[in-house]
Amino acid sequence: MITFRVDRRSGTAVYAQLVQQVRQAVRVGRLAPGDRLPTAREVAERTGINPNTVLRAYRDLETAGLVEPRQGSGTFVRPSLPQPQVDVTALRQELAGWIGRARAAGLDLPDIQALVTDVAADQEESHTHAR
Amino acid sequence: MPAEIPSAAVAAEGVGHRFGDVPALRDCTFAVPPGAVVALLGRNGAGKTTLLRAVVGLLRPYRGRIRVFGEPAGAGVLPRIGYVAQQAPLYRMLTVEQTLRLGARLNPHFDAGYARRLVDAGPLPVTARVGALAAGQRARLALAVALGKRPDLLVLDEPLASLDPVARTEFVGALMAEVADRGTTVLMSTHVVADVQDVCDHVVVLGGGQVRLAAEVEPALAAHRLAVGAERDLGALDGLETIEVRRDGGEFTALVATAAPPDAGTVTWHRPTLEELLLGYLRTGAPHPSVEVSLA
Repeated sequence: MITFRVDRRSGTAVYAQLVQQVRQAVRVGRLAPGDRLPTAREVAERTGINPNTVLRAYRDLETAGLVEPRQGSGTFVRPSLPQPQVDVTALRQELAGWIGRARAAGLDLPDIQALVTDVAADQEESHTHAR
Repeated sequence: MPAEIPSAAVAAEGVGHRFGDVPALRDCTFAVPPGAVVALLGRNGAGKTTLLRAVVGLLRPYRGRIRVFGEPAGAGVLPRIGYVAQQAPLYRMLTVEQTLRLGARLNPHFDAGYARRLVDAGPLPVTARVGALAAGQRARLALAVALGKRPDLLVLDEPLASLDPVARTEFVGALMAEVADRGTTVLMSTHVVADVQDVCDHVVVLGGGQVRLAAEVEPALAAHRLAVGAERDLGALDGLETIEVRRDGGEFTALVATAAPPDAGTVTWHRPTLEELLLGYLRTGAPHPSVEVSLA
């Protein structure tokens, strides 16, 4: 079963860290379809994370179609994972162009990373508020 | 039938108190929704303990009122509150077992089996005297006695202060399991910002006896930005609600209450971490509100 860990130094919200960890575990196959996620109580007792935060993360994952709650038995990774066909090559090319422009404008790597993180967080937030 | 408005677990309205000539609390107003896990933060002497004692009903504030689950704070609602004062005061001469028995005798609805399970999960030696327990074990015993009341509101005054990292993890785990099981509302004071990061979903920051910030954590983070720039560009903050400005060698760092900072200019805007947000409010805890704090 997945074990969560929280990076207190990172500025990322705890629920968002949990969401990321489940996504990543599914991506690398550490969590397979049909696997049960630990209950909010189990996470709370083992790691001291607020159970309300765990439930919020699970709700987000459910909305994203990654997991489904089953009455009385827990939250499970969905059998049929939506696997959008992502054209990474195209995204990569666009990003390369953008990074080139950012470098030309005088930004160094940490500046660029900070900017990407900030813009992504902005979108995440407006996405959350729109729901 | 009129719609039932779910009442706050704790609602403080204009609460003020003084010890002799020394003001302790001034015009404190905030509400805690049921099921919230709230960190009460403030520097030493900010009024945290006074406020907690008023919530529990051990102290009657000079001004204002506090309601707990809709009832005036005091004896009437006390059975629904579990309270652990600072340093988990217990009778040092009693054994763990005797302490649990005393808890059962003092509290009519005491769930002795549950308290015992919490103690055994510690594990705490039931025959040991309280005075011989380590600080972490004592904190766990105090929590077990408080939880044995099966309270709807748990009020903890600096519960983590004396705990080593392992004991802290165990204590917080037991506390959060209780929240998961029963939706218990928790109000806990601390002055360690790191304590609240993964535990609390709400914060109340006290400074100089006043409430500086009372908010849900995530929305509060989203509603603030940290601005960094050269002092000559301080004008970029004009018209914005600035919580705190710190200057250092021609540069400034400012905590600003805005979700949409202006793009233009040379000032850079960052999302604050919880620590940056809380420190900003903690440092403005002077008796008279002031937006500027110079570096010591």
